[in-house]
Amino acid sequence: MQRTTQNKVLLISLVVLLGFTFLLNISLGSVSIPFSQVFNSLTGGEVSKTTWEYIIINYRLPKAVMAIIAGMGLSLSGLLMQTLFRNPMAGPFVLGLSSGASLGVAFIILSSGLLPGFLAGVFLSSYGIILASTLGSLLVLLSVLLVAQRLRNTMAILIVGLMFGSFTGAVVNVLTYFSTAQQLQKFTFWAMGNLGGQEWSNIIILAVACTIGIILAAVCIKPLNALLLGERYAKSMGIDFKKVRFIIIISVSLMAGGITAFAGPIAFIGLAVPHMAKLIFKTSDHLVLFWATLLSGAVIVLICDIITQLPGNDLTLPINAVTSIVGAPVVIWLLLRKRKMNYN
Amino acid sequence: MTSSKENIILSATGISIGYGKGKQQKVIAKNVSIALKKGRLTALVGANGIGKSTLLRTITGIQKPLSGEVLFNHKNIDKYTGKELAQRLSIVLTEGLPPSNLTVYEIVALGRQPYTNWLGALADEDITKVKNALELTQTSHLTHRKYYEISDGQLQKVLIARALAQDTELIILDEPTTHLDLLHKVSLLKLLKKLTHETGKSILYSTHDLDLALQLSDEMIVMTTDSVTQDTPHNLTQNKVLDTIFNDKHIRFDATLGRFKFDQDI
Repeated sequence: MQRTTQNKVLLISLVVLLGFTFLLNISLGSVSIPFSQVFNSLTGGEVSKTTWEYIIINYRLPKAVMAIIAGMGLSLSGLLMQTLFRNPMAGPFVLGLSSGASLGVAFIILSSGLLPGFLAGVFLSSYGIILASTLGSLLVLLSVLLVAQRLRNTMAILIVGLMFGSFTGAVVNVLTYFSTAQQLQKFTFWAMGNLGGQEWSNIIILAVACTIGIILAAVCIKPLNALLLGERYAKSMGIDFKKVRFIIIISVSLMAGGITAFAGPIAFIGLAVPHMAKLIFKTSDHLVLFWATLLSGAVIVLICDIITQLPGNDLTLPINAVTSIVGAPVVIWLLLRKRKMNYN
Repeated sequence: MTSSKENIILSATGISIGYGKGKQQKVIAKNVSIALKKGRLTALVGANGIGKSTLLRTITGIQKPLSGEVLFNHKNIDKYTGKELAQRLSIVLTEGLPPSNLTVYEIVALGRQPYTNWLGALADEDITKVKNALELTQTSHLTHRKYYEISDGQLQKVLIARALAQDTELIILDEPTTHLDLLHKVSLLKLLKKLTHETGKSILYSTHDLDLALQLSDEMIVMTTDSVTQDTPHNLTQNKVLDTIFNDKHIRFDATLGRFKFDQDI
C-alpha cells in the first residue's frame, strides 16, 4: 500500500515536470521571446509582436508536440519489446527497427526518381512515408522475433539487431549511389533525426498512429505482467500468447515506424527510458510502468530537444546525436550492472 | 484407496504421445494410461529422455496427444478455453524466471490472473487467497523481497504458492526438487503431501529422486521404454517394476533396503 502512494506521488511529479519542460522547451530557441509572451500566445492572449506568435505557433509548438509524441511512443515501444523478448537490452533502435524504417523511407525518397511522376507524388506524401516506414520496422521486428525464438540469448539477439543495422545501412548506401544530390540531401537530413519543421497535418497523422499504438499497449498490460514469468506460465494463466504477441507487434510497428518516418531514427530513447522508469519506480508492474515510461519518455525527449538548440546559439544539433550521447553510456552501464540484476 | 469414477480428476486411456504430423511423426510413448485421483500426491518417474516432459505437456493441454484424448473432469482438455483451464489447472516449472523486478508478493498475486479484471486489479478475495497461499507454503516472511534475492528452495516454494493462489483442483510440477539439497527436497515434498491432504487438491510432479518419491508419494507413475505403470509405491516395489526403470542389468532396486543398487564393476 505504501508503494502505491509513493508511485502516485512520483507519477504526479512527472506530470508537473512534463508541463514544466514543455513550457521551457517552447520558450527557448534562437530568437529570445519573453516568457509572458510565450504564455500569451499559447493561451490565445495578446502578443506584442506577430512574428513571435508565428514562431511559437508554427515552429516551436509543433516541435514540442513532436518531442512529446516521439518520447512517449519510442519509450513505450521499448518497454513492450523488453517484456516480449524477455530481454533487458531490447528497444526499437537497438534491435534494428529504426534501421528497417530507414530502409523503407530510403526506398521511397531515393528511388522516387525512378518512378513516373504521379506515383512518386503518392509515395512521397506523408501517408506513403509513414506506410513505408511502418512496413520496414514491421519486417525487421518479425525477423528479429523469428531469430529470438531460436536463440534465447541476450547477446545473440543484440548482434542480430546490429547485423540488421549494417545490412540496411549497406542497402541505403547502394541506393544513394543511384540518387540525385537533392534526394540525397533530403535523406541525409531525415537520417540525422529532426523533430522540427513538421506541418500540423503530419503531426495529426502521427498522433493518431501513436494513439492507436498506445491503446493497443494498454490492452496488453495484464498479459504483459503474466509474461514477466515467461511464456509458459503466461499461457498456463489463460493468456492467449499468440494474440498478445500480435497486438504488441502491431503496436510497436505503428509507434516506432511512424515516429521514425517523420522524425528520423532517434537512438536509445526506447532502450534507456523504460530502464529509468524501472529504476525510479522499482517495480515491474506494467500498469505503473505504462504511465511511467509514457511520462518520462516525453520529459527526456523534451530535455534532449532543449539541448539540441544550444541556448544562446544559432546552431541546432541533430536530435539523434544528443540522444546517443546520453543513451550510449546508459547501455554500457546496463551491461555492467547485468550480473547484479539477475539478467541471464 | 477407492478409485471410483468420481474420484478421478484427470485421466488418459491408451493415448500415444509425441511430436509432428503424418510421416514426420515421432512417437515418444504408446499406450499410455494414467488416472490422477483427487487429493492425492502422484510422482512421475523415469529415466532421462523417456518422455516425462512430453507426457506433462500433453496432460496440461500444451500439446495434443497423437491419438486418444486427455480427459479433465471427464471432459476433453482441448474443449476448455484458456481461462477455464487456467482456473482448474496450474503449473510449476523448472526453468528460471526471466529478469525482472518482481517481488515474491507480485509473483504469487500473478496467480490470480484468471480471476481478475482486464487490468489485473486485485479484489479483497484475491488478496485473501494470495495471503493464504503464502502462509500455506511458509513464505509469508519473504513477501516484500525481490525474487532474485531469495534461495532456490525458497523460490520453488514461492512458485508453488503462485500455483496455489491460482486456486486450481490440479497442480502439475515439472521436477520441483532439481537444484535443491536433500533437506530442502524432503521439506518440499512434505509440503506437497501436506497440501494434497489439507486442501484436497491433486498434485502431480515429475522427479529423479526415486527414493524420496517412494517414501513421500501416494501413487507413482513409472515410465519405461516399454510401458507406463501407475500404482502405489508399495505395490510397485513388490512387483519389481522399479527394476525396469533404467533398462540396465547393472542397476536394480533393492526392496529390502528401499533404494537402488548398482554393480561396482560397471
